[in-house]
Amino acid sequence: MTENTIYELSSPGRTGVTFPKPDVPEAKLPADLLRKDLPLPELAEVDVVRHFTNLSKYNYSVDGGFYPLGSCTMKYNPKINEETARLPGFVFTHPLQPIETVQGNLALMYQLQEWLKEISGFAAVTLQPAAGAHGELTGVLIMRAYHRLRGDARRVKMLIPDSAHGTNPASSAMSSLEVVQIPSDARGNVDLAALKAACDETVVGLMLTNPNTLGLFDEHVEQVIAAVHACGGLVYGDGANLNALLGIVRPGDLGFDLMHFNLHKTFSTPHGGGGPGSGPVGVSQKLANFLPSPLVGIVEEADGEQPALFGFVEPEHSIGRVKAFNGHFGMFVRAYTYIAMHGADGLRQIAEYAVLNANYVRARLDGAYTVPFDRTCMHEFVAEGQWAEAPGVRALDVAKRLMDYDFHPPTNYFPLIVHEALMIEPTETENKATLDAFADALLKIAEEARTQPELLKEAPHNTPFGRMDEVKAARELVLCCWLPNE
Amino acid sequence: MTYIPHSLKERDAMLAAVGVKSLEDLFKDVPAEHRFPKLNLPPALTEMEAAAELGELSIGNENIRTDLVSFLGAGAYNHYIPAAVDALLRRGEFYTAYTPYQPEISQGTLQAIFEYQSLISALTGMEVSNASHYDGATAVAEAANLAYAQFRGKRTKVVLSPAVNPQYRATLRTYVQGMSLELAGDDAKANLDAGPEVLEGLIDETTALVIVQYPDFFGRIYDYTKLIEAAHAKGALVCAAANPTALGLLKTPGEMGADIVVGEGQPLGIPLSYGGPYLGFFATRKQYLHKMAGRLVGETVDSRGQRAYVLTLTAREQHIKRERATSNICTNQGLMALASAIYLSLLGKSGFRQVAELCYHKAHYAAGKIAKVKGYSLCFEAPFFHEFSVCCPKPVEEINDHLLEHGFLGGYDLGQDYPSLKDHLLVAVTEMNTKDEIDAMVDVLAEVAHD
Amino acid sequence: MNIPAAYKYTKTDEWFDPTSGKVGLTDYAQSQLSDIVFVEVVVSAGETVQAGKQIASVESVKAAAESYAPVTGKVVEVNDNLAGNPEILNGDPYGKGWMAKFEGADASGLMDAAAYSKYCEERAH
Repeated sequence: MTENTIYELSSPGRTGVTFPKPDVPEAKLPADLLRKDLPLPELAEVDVVRHFTNLSKYNYSVDGGFYPLGSCTMKYNPKINEETARLPGFVFTHPLQPIETVQGNLALMYQLQEWLKEISGFAAVTLQPAAGAHGELTGVLIMRAYHRLRGDARRVKMLIPDSAHGTNPASSAMSSLEVVQIPSDARGNVDLAALKAACDETVVGLMLTNPNTLGLFDEHVEQVIAAVHACGGLVYGDGANLNALLGIVRPGDLGFDLMHFNLHKTFSTPHGGGGPGSGPVGVSQKLANFLPSPLVGIVEEADGEQPALFGFVEPEHSIGRVKAFNGHFGMFVRAYTYIAMHGADGLRQIAEYAVLNANYVRARLDGAYTVPFDRTCMHEFVAEGQWAEAPGVRALDVAKRLMDYDFHPPTNYFPLIVHEALMIEPTETENKATLDAFADALLKIAEEARTQPELLKEAPHNTPFGRMDEVKAARELVLCCWLPNE
Repeated sequence: MTYIPHSLKERDAMLAAVGVKSLEDLFKDVPAEHRFPKLNLPPALTEMEAAAELGELSIGNENIRTDLVSFLGAGAYNHYIPAAVDALLRRGEFYTAYTPYQPEISQGTLQAIFEYQSLISALTGMEVSNASHYDGATAVAEAANLAYAQFRGKRTKVVLSPAVNPQYRATLRTYVQGMSLELAGDDAKANLDAGPEVLEGLIDETTALVIVQYPDFFGRIYDYTKLIEAAHAKGALVCAAANPTALGLLKTPGEMGADIVVGEGQPLGIPLSYGGPYLGFFATRKQYLHKMAGRLVGETVDSRGQRAYVLTLTAREQHIKRERATSNICTNQGLMALASAIYLSLLGKSGFRQVAELCYHKAHYAAGKIAKVKGYSLCFEAPFFHEFSVCCPKPVEEINDHLLEHGFLGGYDLGQDYPSLKDHLLVAVTEMNTKDEIDAMVDVLAEVAHD
Repeated sequence: MNIPAAYKYTKTDEWFDPTSGKVGLTDYAQSQLSDIVFVEVVVSAGETVQAGKQIASVESVKAAAESYAPVTGKVVEVNDNLAGNPEILNGDPYGKGWMAKFEGADASGLMDAAAYSKYCEERAH
């Protein structure tokens, strides 16, 4: 079943592309600065096309089936997005062109900033961060800069609930902040008493995912935010789960000070096998001056016949630039297309149906799977992949067995506060028949766990590849094809 | 227009199964006074209307395919992308998949990344490559993270060549503001005419990392072997930010002894797309593997004895190591890494060398012609690859305005980042520029000088 | 579970051998981590280290952990063999898997084998 590597397919003398001969005189090459050999493969175009087409067939994808990966919002990626993002007027623009020649791009970015502000309730938005974790780093640096400008350098602690994504503590640590973990209470909320005890004049802020990674909307979210504000801290929202809130509630209205968006989760830009993402950050008025520079703004107001001129502006106390150029522009085009097609009502429906789908699957699994914090969930919920009657079976086995039923497994072993966690996020784009088939498969697997546990332990059976020897991979560390003529 | 497939009948059946009467009832945990805000957004469009609106926005730009001839580079380059690259990228199996956490059903992405790692290793002359970073700028910042972690925070200085892309240097400054790392070498007084040897004096026992660019921001090619030896003598690591097209022709930083080679992968089959998404490549030596951020794919076997690939050494990463991880990075530029792997596979050994040579010859032709125009001269004597700095008789802004009127996207105004390089124009020439275009552009330059 | 009687133990799963002065990671810890693929000892010979300070980073296929000095004292030797052979920590945690050797260290305050055994059992439930 395996596909040879691109190097194994290589045959000396082949090439997939040739270029025109130089139409200028050849210059003398700098002999002492030339490389001795260029160990790249040699293939014809058809070899390359077949190779990557064959590889693609080994992938599970949203286009191919249901992908209920918790925390990742694997919704359908509309095809029109791919068309608009490839319009020549967008694709063939250089990031450093004079602003007068890219008013279309800048208008799109400006409008997207405005829409994200409206959707989230924040006063200003930067589109620059490249992904969610990058947005978090941006947010942490903004929080740090805010306190420092106020002369408040004592603040060195970041409060992070135990249910948080790993990127939250890692982003804080990149700014040398000390991470203080806050436990969850019995209903899956932030433990308010523990939070209050941790709030003091050394706190930079709290990084809060709401709904949290259990899929639960914090029942005391306003008290949580008030407690942090009372000690002078800021509240950062991890926007990974924004899909549940579109048109339902605006984080800015709840009192969050800043938040990142994941355009690749909430706004349908494709995940691309692990990226590119896009992680704009929204902030309240008091943090607007700290955003990364540059932002897109109106540099000359419209007058009479002349339309407004869009350009770049630098926030006064900007933390600086977080990457080169203007952010993941291709993702902005896709997200713009998506928001334009939904409007206010459409966005609210996204959240409503995402939440309905999650609660429906949760209801269908009732009795067969333990859901540790069992109340109305938002866009996802966490079940346990373990049963007292099936002692050897683990969440991993359930996940692998699901592949035999042609479903992508849920996120497993996260959040860390649930044993043998299976984190299920159906998204709004799945219909009832798909959800029923998925729930039926999970119910069957729960039964198999008791009656034929070996079926789960050895799963998957029907996929082109079986379970992997991860120890061998990590111990032998073969990270590269054999390269010719090294 | 939404992508929600539910019929009303299905919706009602599902609400009944959940035990609520309406969709609104699902949101009782949300504070009532903030629930269901009225969003002020334009009315929803159909697909046809959206296509028209985006089309309209896109023609609000002047693009370098049909409107302008580009001589602008400065970190993003106009190259030919063979049709097969996008044809393969548009396979839904690739672009609608997630991170390959389930290797049994993700071998396509995993093997493609493994091949990408191999191609980057081959190009840079390094032992290992990760699965990529956001872009060239953040890859430079992650090199500083690696060095900081490698010395466990005990070495606190990064020596930064002033000839590293100003946006990369700005990004690095942003990243390190919360770390106890000090940057040295790229202040306003830096001697820009000098070669890399001026950096040697700044390297001492507190230096964690030395960062250079290859070719540098002004287009110059230096052999960094001596600088790297000097850095190693003090125990410091060296990172070279390389242009990948140049590596089709030039000696690799690996050969010069660099410890980390990073760069902007955009020239490898990724459209300019107004600045992103691009690709940050990152390669290093095996001994620094554990301090390298980012995803990594390794070869193994499956339970049926087949060769296969998995994400490996994942315990280094944030989802396991949390605040103790080297970096917070989670995603890679998966699809962009795939694009570059396809591009390099298609061009291969001879095609890629051909592109590099075309860039070199055309840039040298252009430079030679410009240097002959009265009032213009090449600013530096060092050899260059496909980009060079021109000293102009007038402000660059004026020259570029004039070029634009004639349908040329001029070069980069170096004065905006380097006060001492006022009236210095950075010109990029690639295989996309024909002799006729170059000649016509030079004619306009001559015309401006005489105005 | 192997818990040598002559050694002393910490709540963070390090052992200390009062006879040789060596310290390392317990059998319980290595089994919890499973297949160890990376070890980095972060103290060096000649350094005086306070009890509780990090002495090593350990990564397995699934998890990451840190080891802390069980005692205060001067490090006289570190096990250079571990970096290239991390699997030793799984195979021989109390022997070839030692991490560092301390001089002049005092074992008071550490658990004895019986107490540590009880501590491991408690956590298993």
